[in-house]
Amino acid sequence: MKPPPFRYHDPKTVSETVGLLASLENAKLLAGGQSLMPMLNFRFVLPDHIIDLNRVDGLFYIRDAQGALEIGAMTRQRDLEFSEAVRARWPIMHEALLQVGHRQTRNRGTIGGSLCHLDPAAELVSLAMGYDATVMVAGSNGEREVPFAEFPVAYMTPAIEANELVVGVRFPQWAPKRAREVEQAIVGQVPAGTLFRDACESCRKLEAIDDVQAPASYRQHLAAVLSRRALEKAHARLLEAHAVRPH
Amino acid sequence: MGETRKIALTVNGKRYEEEVEVRVTLADFIRHQLGLTGTHLGCEHGVCGACTILFDDRSARSCLMLAVQAEGHDILTVEGIAPSPDKLHPLQQAFHEHHGLQCGFCTPGILTTLIEFLRDNPDPTEQEVRIAISGNLCRCTGYQNIVTATLDAAKRLRAQPAQSP
Repeated sequence: MKPPPFRYHDPKTVSETVGLLASLENAKLLAGGQSLMPMLNFRFVLPDHIIDLNRVDGLFYIRDAQGALEIGAMTRQRDLEFSEAVRARWPIMHEALLQVGHRQTRNRGTIGGSLCHLDPAAELVSLAMGYDATVMVAGSNGEREVPFAEFPVAYMTPAIEANELVVGVRFPQWAPKRAREVEQAIVGQVPAGTLFRDACESCRKLEAIDDVQAPASYRQHLAAVLSRRALEKAHARLLEAHAVRPH
Repeated sequence: MGETRKIALTVNGKRYEEEVEVRVTLADFIRHQLGLTGTHLGCEHGVCGACTILFDDRSARSCLMLAVQAEGHDILTVEGIAPSPDKLHPLQQAFHEHHGLQCGFCTPGILTTLIEFLRDNPDPTEQEVRIAISGNLCRCTGYQNIVTATLDAAKRLRAQPAQSP
């Protein structure tokens, strides 16, 4: 038997879920299970109650909200990956999703689960940060919104209370915010390999985690290299889009 | 024994009603309670892909689901892939002919993964096949014959009329 013993709850509505969160001690929300289930199998977490969100109505949607993209917390990563709207208007989200786990895990994994797990290496977390996304949270006192910049309060710890759950997330059309030095270095310049390389060097000054997987200097190196490759890819696409076609 | 629940589900077209302990993973339920030991367990934390099954036609790691979550759902395991006991699925046939396995431990997860993949993408490139099986670890083959078999199976499936699974 892998997971430790727990009581299992599968509420059908958000209000029923909030009620359970308010009345149960040491409860864990189960979304897509792609992070929580391994933690249960390893017994890294020992919850007394599991509240399964997979049968809760109203958490599965991808919709346009006046130009912004609103996504229900239980929307599967696969559904985002295959969404025409996401592909057409948030292409970087599509690119990022292809790097999230594998097909088998994206079929189950949810956007809300990934954001709440808040692994600093997670693509969707970086994306939400880069887009200045807004997280919609439900609790006993109704719904509130949390700007993603205020969502992480500590390592893998989101700014939600024990009696709250994330019900959705909103991505504005586009809000580049990060790596300002890189942006400033390339705006108004003629695209060139040396420009991209020099501009991305500032990524080596970004704050980075130092842990058993990799030293901070390696992560800073990767930030510089991968940012440069992203710029090169974007530049190549631009050239392709504007290529003069023979008459 | 902890809390239990009664669940009803369909596995390989057959309906089951079973009492399960709520903490039992879907993988352990399939193997121990239903006796379908074709689904293999390697890492039991979602890394190796050996336990991949189709859950409502979508591939999923059965070690990362609870059996109670399968209530009302439809599951396909490797035992349900072949059209009949004496006839292999074209994908299985291609694996057989191209030596797409050695020890066979990872094979059930690779086959179920590829059943979904070839349904979504009937005419894949070699690179797309390699990405599709990137979540399945094989320690014997070096993947070469798996990829060859898959490309051949895709060709065979395209040549025949639509069938299930």
